[in-house]
Amino acid sequence: MTETAARSSKAPLLSVRDLRVHFPMPARGILSRRRDYLKAVDGVSFDVRPGETLGVVGESGCGKSTLGRAILQLIPPTSGQVVWLGEDMASMSEREIRAKRQDMQIIFQDPLASLDPRMTVGDIIAEPLRTFHPRMSRDEQRRRVDEMMAHVGLVPEMVNRYPHEFSGGQAQRIGIARAMILRPKLIVCDEPVSALDVSIQSQILNLLRRLQREFDLSLIFISHDLSVVRYISHRIIVLYLGKVAEMADRDELYGNPRHPYTQALISAVPLPDPDAERAKERIVLYGDLPSPLDPPSGCYFRTRCPKATDHCARMAPDLYDVSPRHRAACHYWDQPTPTREHPEAGVVGAEGLTGRAQS
Amino acid sequence: MPSTLGTADVPAGADAGTAQAPAVLEVANLVTRFASPDGEVSAVNGVSFTVGQGETLGIVGESGSGKSQIFMSVMGLLAANGRATGSVRYRGQEILNLPRARLNRIRGSRISMIFQDPMTSLNPYLRISRQMTEVLVHHKGMTASAALEEAIRMLDLVRIPEARRRVHMYPHEFSGGMRQRVMIAMALLCQPDLLIADEPTTALDVTVQAQILDLMRDLKREFDTSIIMITHDLGVIAGLSDRVLVMYAGSIVESGPVRDIFYNPQHPYTEALLKSMPRLDDDILGELPTIAGQPPNLQHLPTGCPFRPRCVHAFDRCVTDAPALEPFDRGRAKACHLEAL
Repeated sequence: MTETAARSSKAPLLSVRDLRVHFPMPARGILSRRRDYLKAVDGVSFDVRPGETLGVVGESGCGKSTLGRAILQLIPPTSGQVVWLGEDMASMSEREIRAKRQDMQIIFQDPLASLDPRMTVGDIIAEPLRTFHPRMSRDEQRRRVDEMMAHVGLVPEMVNRYPHEFSGGQAQRIGIARAMILRPKLIVCDEPVSALDVSIQSQILNLLRRLQREFDLSLIFISHDLSVVRYISHRIIVLYLGKVAEMADRDELYGNPRHPYTQALISAVPLPDPDAERAKERIVLYGDLPSPLDPPSGCYFRTRCPKATDHCARMAPDLYDVSPRHRAACHYWDQPTPTREHPEAGVVGAEGLTGRAQS
Repeated sequence: MPSTLGTADVPAGADAGTAQAPAVLEVANLVTRFASPDGEVSAVNGVSFTVGQGETLGIVGESGSGKSQIFMSVMGLLAANGRATGSVRYRGQEILNLPRARLNRIRGSRISMIFQDPMTSLNPYLRISRQMTEVLVHHKGMTASAALEEAIRMLDLVRIPEARRRVHMYPHEFSGGMRQRVMIAMALLCQPDLLIADEPTTALDVTVQAQILDLMRDLKREFDTSIIMITHDLGVIAGLSDRVLVMYAGSIVESGPVRDIFYNPQHPYTEALLKSMPRLDDDILGELPTIAGQPPNLQHLPTGCPFRPRCVHAFDRCVTDAPALEPFDRGRAKACHLEAL
């Protein structure tokens, strides 16, 4: 707790305010004047402090990857502010933004796809040095590459090999070494362990946490995996259709979730514990994600929400203050959400498969 | 209740002579090899197990464990350079390497398989109605209109909203979760008594995964369907399985009732796998326990026990002797030289 308090008292490294990324869609017809926009990120605000990990969690199509790229200005934001150490990036020139990229890096889900197959491991890791420090001597580059390889757990003999010779876990270490070589202040991690085997995931998660401690690094950790996000994050935002559904410190979010979507996500994660998994109560969502091109009126979540009312269809909820560091975008955040026990307990299925078919 | 709860998965012969009805599926000494430019690679190294009526068998393993190749062998779907030997009996009848025509009488009607990517089973060029009715006309000799009604009923069953309208749509018009449900509906058309599901929820969001797992539980309860659930996700295994096989490098390293596997694992790999995953019901805030090294390279397996290079308990004998899968306790088996963990 004191550790969290110490972190939250520092000035933010990054402040994102009302960030929007809207993609224009092709017009519906040649005579149509109306243009549709896909609102991938729609009014998101948060801070990231030095040494802090912000988890961004949500299902496919929630805008979490677009958010990560918009922060780094890899996708231009439509509106809103990305303030880096007190400076609004929207007011920076292309050159200034490029210079800032030394401090902010990204790693991806598929490490092999993000590494140039024709470059050796040493060249891949050294490339940012060559871009940003063109006058650095080869020897110095080599020394820094060797040092960073050791930091991420790659043995020096690997330096002249090619990415395809590596397993997924080792390739992700190469991606991390490349992201770390300029000693950035922030790394956006976009699903960095999702493609890895369970036994390798934990190695990479431990590595990221160790690097964070050693270099006072901030991480924005984007993932659909709630267990992984809980393990690595200090603070978490839950996204649904481009909007923040809920944000809170880690223990508060998992211990006292107030948005029905967060509650449903947490309760849907299958626990590796047969008795607990079969006995647990679940909040079940019906249906699929609505089309982001045509989101519901009012609260975006109401079409799948077990406690939606007419009010939710008319009025989009604000982010209500649950407590000083906990906010939830639900009109009814202080009311209980109906749960359903595990189907094996026989509660669901009262109508059952065959029952449905006969009716 | 599953009839095989008390039967350990040990090579055939060990439990031969039981006078019960034959198991739904009985796999004995299955070996699957692939030809490669660098010589033969063994994907499955002599695997034996049974699945009883109405039983759900969970199969867990990481990439390269052979968990999928077992069932590609069973279903006659191996790549051209693959070859399977051993025995696979469906209700007593040998089906391994049957000629295609005879296999097709069982495949899709008695045994169905679903995959991680529904587009493996769905033809993008054909309407769902055509794809679903074809099976019924072919396997069951139904008329086209009766088959269509049955297809709609099945889509209804897997909770596709507005099934009567949607049956005429193309696969790409469905969302990922709905496509998965369509594939399950197709797999159930002929009311198979064995459903093999290979990572059926891996590509799905967690809330949609929960819906699909509910559906599989309903199937199990209402139709007494036997299910084989192949996945890397221990949570999915915990919620659905009666019995579990843990695979590593082409071999079963541990098998037993689901509660034993999760609460008292006896193979070092099972134990390490359970400990290394971050979980919602745990409070590990320091370093996660890890399994050192990399998943096995099937072309260069170590001598002795395949897990030995990553095992914290390994000793001399593990280098020289590969441990066999030996039964212990009630209905359990493990392939490890250690007496107990």
